[in-house]
Amino acid sequence: MSVDQETVAKIASLARIRVDEDQQVALAGELSNILEWIELLNELETEGVRPLTSVVEMTAPQRDDVVTDGDRVDDIIANAPDPANSFFAVPKVVE
Amino acid sequence: MSEITRLSLSQARDRLQAGELSSKELTEEMIAAVTAARPLNAFITETPERALEMAQASDARRAAGEEVGVLEGLPIAIKDLFCTQGVLTTAGSHILDGFHPTYESTVTANLWRAGAVMLGKTNLDEFAMGSSNMTSYYGNVINPWRRRDDDTPLVPGGSSGGSAAAVAARCAFGATGTDTGGSIRQPGAFAGIVGMKPTYGRCSRWGVVAFASSLDQAGPMTRTVRDAAIMLEAMAGYDPKDSTSVNRPVPSYEAAMTGDIRGLKVGIPKEYRVEGMPEAIEALWHQGMEWLKAAGAQPVDISLPHTKYALPTYYIVAPAEASSNLARYDGVRYGLRVPADSLDEMYEMTRGEGFGAEVKRRVLIGTYVLSAGYYDAYYNKARRVRTLIAQDFAKAFEEVDVILTPTAPSAAFGMGEKMDDPVAMYLNDVFTVPASLAGLPGISVPGGLSPEGLPLGLQLITGAFEEEKLFRAAGVLETAAGFEALPKFLAGE
Repeated sequence: MSVDQETVAKIASLARIRVDEDQQVALAGELSNILEWIELLNELETEGVRPLTSVVEMTAPQRDDVVTDGDRVDDIIANAPDPANSFFAVPKVVE
Repeated sequence: MSEITRLSLSQARDRLQAGELSSKELTEEMIAAVTAARPLNAFITETPERALEMAQASDARRAAGEEVGVLEGLPIAIKDLFCTQGVLTTAGSHILDGFHPTYESTVTANLWRAGAVMLGKTNLDEFAMGSSNMTSYYGNVINPWRRRDDDTPLVPGGSSGGSAAAVAARCAFGATGTDTGGSIRQPGAFAGIVGMKPTYGRCSRWGVVAFASSLDQAGPMTRTVRDAAIMLEAMAGYDPKDSTSVNRPVPSYEAAMTGDIRGLKVGIPKEYRVEGMPEAIEALWHQGMEWLKAAGAQPVDISLPHTKYALPTYYIVAPAEASSNLARYDGVRYGLRVPADSLDEMYEMTRGEGFGAEVKRRVLIGTYVLSAGYYDAYYNKARRVRTLIAQDFAKAFEEVDVILTPTAPSAAFGMGEKMDDPVAMYLNDVFTVPASLAGLPGISVPGGLSPEGLPLGLQLITGAFEEEKLFRAAGVLETAAGFEALPKFLAGE
């Protein structure tokens, strides 16, 4: 499967990554090469094989449903590039 | 430099225990070595003040007769993928600019509890994506080794390239690494040191910057197998904060190194004879088997039939998980923000500027294989093949105790080589990725030199949670190989 520039632009937008047009062309070539190589898997018959979800067989551990952490606003906000009091601030999203 | 920086971690420990050295003396020597090693660019952040404080606290504990940990007073380096409280943590990326975690990763907390001293944070491929350490925003790391009669700077491998270079150049007694598809073992081989990836779930992933969560695992990088055993003992353990961490006791890995491997069955997988592999690597692999045989082990020819599908499987699964994990870098909560008028535009600008080329490539591949219409054809297909690969190993381990392979298909290469074609770079991990996909422990042990005078590694793999057997076999291999060669660059010499 080869991807064209338009597809690169679409997935870049889905991934929320700005990619300039000249980079889109280069990436289309690189991604096509990678995808072509990946297609080696198609020669394998995998009907009826269960997709692997975890390499270690274990049941998810459970704990009591109690609060064990919290009330650490300063810690959480400490690295924010543009905090507003105890909030994360972003550009306006509603007019 | 001094005779002190040339000690192995276990030798330094013994000298501390005997009272012949203090942690302060040891740490001061190592800080000087870290400074002298700056031309290698192995560290992103040096923490000499913290190191001295920790060393003095360790000496005080020892003097007070308190119970001491297995790494008491020993200075080590930390891959800059582990969050360290109050100390810049970058993951080698521009997008984490200025990030000072307000918490400590479980693995590093375990190390400090065991008495270790932090020298600093080591350089790595951006978000651990790479096999050359050439994708770091903080610049390339230079391998302390050089080819004979050739001054071309070489890569240290990756992604734990800074950790590998630091240990090889003798400016840390050990370092943490992380391994997703070979990121501990391949740089270990390239730098002539020991690199060990434990079973998935053995070390907590909590507080480690996530790349591909079903594969990522922390492990030690050291000069000797014994050092790795000691360090893993401190790093490993159950952590309720990581739901994939496994609740089973941590044995003494060092005590498991009895040197007795009589009757051990060693599998030699025929699929690891790849086309174009240098003769020296093939010869070392054969020699490795002879060494184990001489110690009483028994070689067994085995087949891992789905080996050739491992890399393409990995390059679907890992980018898919990465595209999801890296969604958190949005310019809102930490790191870089590129201002823009709208929220979407701010995300796009921040991520466009903050991620490097290889990270973008992988996030885009991951987004593609997970997108509507392709999820089943790519992602589910890869997860099915992953089951087949895990079954190959399960079947092999019904017959054998350990598997012996080369660690990498080449010795360290020159900077800039293999950069034009991402797929050529990915082939570096051909021997390490299969065990990663199956979640199995593996270790790279320096075995000998290439005709150009560069170190080559041998890899041992065992079944899940058989680290004791792995260290036992690796110790025997190390003794037989008697690898004594030193890199051209030794810190401060």
